[in-house]
Amino acid sequence: MATSPAGAAPAVVAIDRVTKRFGEVDALSALSLAVPEGRITVLLGPNGAGKTTAIRLITGALVPDEGSVSVFGADPGGPDGEGVRMRCGVVSAKPSLYDRLSGMDNLRYAAELYGLGRGPAVDDRVVEAADQFGIAADLEQRVGGYSTGMKTRLALARAVLHRPTLMLLDEPTSGLDPESAVAVLAMVRDMTAEGKTVLMCTHLLLEAERLADQIVVMDNGAHLLSGDPDTLAARFWPHPTVSITTANGFGLDELARVPGVADYQRSGTAAVYQLDVADRIPHLVAALADGGAAIQSVVPFQPSLEDLYFAIRAHHGRGPNDPSEYVAWRRRAPGPESGPEEAPKEQVNR
Amino acid sequence: MNYRRVATVARTDLRQLAQAKDFWVPMGLLGSAFFIVVPTILLLSITTIGDVEVVDQMAQALEVLPESAMAQVANVNPQGQTGYALAVFLFAPVAVIVPLTISTAVGASAIVGERERGTGEFLAHSPASAREIYLGKLLASMIPGYFTVAVGFTAYSVIVNLLVGPDVGGWFFPTREWWIMILWVLPPFLALCLSLVLRLSARVSSTAAAQQASGLVSLPLIMTAYSQATGVLVGGGWVPVAIGGLAWVVAIVSLTRGVRSVTRGRLLGVAGT
Repeated sequence: MATSPAGAAPAVVAIDRVTKRFGEVDALSALSLAVPEGRITVLLGPNGAGKTTAIRLITGALVPDEGSVSVFGADPGGPDGEGVRMRCGVVSAKPSLYDRLSGMDNLRYAAELYGLGRGPAVDDRVVEAADQFGIAADLEQRVGGYSTGMKTRLALARAVLHRPTLMLLDEPTSGLDPESAVAVLAMVRDMTAEGKTVLMCTHLLLEAERLADQIVVMDNGAHLLSGDPDTLAARFWPHPTVSITTANGFGLDELARVPGVADYQRSGTAAVYQLDVADRIPHLVAALADGGAAIQSVVPFQPSLEDLYFAIRAHHGRGPNDPSEYVAWRRRAPGPESGPEEAPKEQVNR
Repeated sequence: MNYRRVATVARTDLRQLAQAKDFWVPMGLLGSAFFIVVPTILLLSITTIGDVEVVDQMAQALEVLPESAMAQVANVNPQGQTGYALAVFLFAPVAVIVPLTISTAVGASAIVGERERGTGEFLAHSPASAREIYLGKLLASMIPGYFTVAVGFTAYSVIVNLLVGPDVGGWFFPTREWWIMILWVLPPFLALCLSLVLRLSARVSSTAAAQQASGLVSLPLIMTAYSQATGVLVGGGWVPVAIGGLAWVVAIVSLTRGVRSVTRGRLLGVAGT
């Protein structure tokens, strides 16, 4: 089994320089990524980035034109593909359910295809899986009458029915109301508690932020950067940052001379300080108070995944040329430094 | 090859078909019209009502039948001869047209329908192989057509024996040739037709296009099957067996080649696969 780039856990999925073309279009272009075992890996990228194609390659539904895909150490597009697919649970962007059948019959169909067979024991397992996602009471109803949220829950139940070890979720909250989306994300988190490995595609940064142990940022079929969000954020924003506003900007320039301030930017009555450690912030506040400044706000900057995403894209020439434009728009903090510090070359394809 | 999965795919498709009243009601009416309504009216008008004009016309038609066929009704009255000729020879195409029409209608949407509904994604990610899916779809398309024949043939046999039997000395139907046609000749024609229709279903972009294209493919095949079915009934001897054997060979070759048309990429509706 391959090892993930971080080296922390063995990689369940290893995609190595895979190119997939559909006619003249390169859906994936020399994509490489690794999915560590027992973690949630989130594929991030705009529509058309190649996220869904990557999932289809992992189950062997598509085969690469170049490069290799290894899942549980086997080639999913080869003779061992059936074994790989038996260990995968897939929830696609559209729930892929049979509207004319009841929820129960949809799950029974999956149970039979995945080798669970038929009979009372299987029916018990079906109800158990449905109950896990709060849809057991509606199993006798025809799926055509389900709401979008119910369909997603049923699709999730179907995906876990055969107790897969690798969950592949392609925008599982697509079309859901906020309550249902939150519930689904909580269920995804629970899956890793059960030891499952999760690979999830999304272009919704907020939900990725709640879940991701590792993110993989993609664009135009290529991998831009991957790693755990905190480590990646530290590369783009190596210094803890705080934004302070005082009445008339009093005392802000003097504060730049306090030990531990690495950099300083003044803008009107506010200033942004980059510090050596976050513990300096109380000292700055105390120094301002001692100098008689009327402090109006102190806002430590915690880069969100959204900040990180745009910073990565900007660093790779996607989106706004200067990520600080985006961050300035959010009025939260300055942009990152010129780029990630010591970004490992093997993780950056282009 | 996992035959349990093949059966699962077929059973699930049939279960969905059973839910589709808008499909099976017209198809049931079609079968009833061909196997029950039209034969009953025609045979009644000859045997019971004794329409002289129709009997005369049919008696002339009997003259074009081969001697072997004529010999079967040599010693019965004109009404009996006409009724027998109608029952045994004239309605042969019924047994071909009805199942081919029904199975073609089911098969045309078998693959492209999965793609249109988005359920092809589920099948593409499932452990079922493309071959298992293909065979499951083939069975699911074949069974409604053949089931209609089985039911229709039984009803037709009862009607024919009740209406014509008294004139020809008792129950005579199904004849040996009809048994050969139903059990030996019809299945390969059905399989051959479906192998072509499923190929189309895998390749076209919509169910509507599949229905159109299937019509073009199945029509000449229906005409061929029509003529061969007539040959089977009229020919006698080894002719029916030979026609069926040839049809089986062609069907098996076509089915084997047709397996390749179903790919996971096509279930997903991905271009260039």
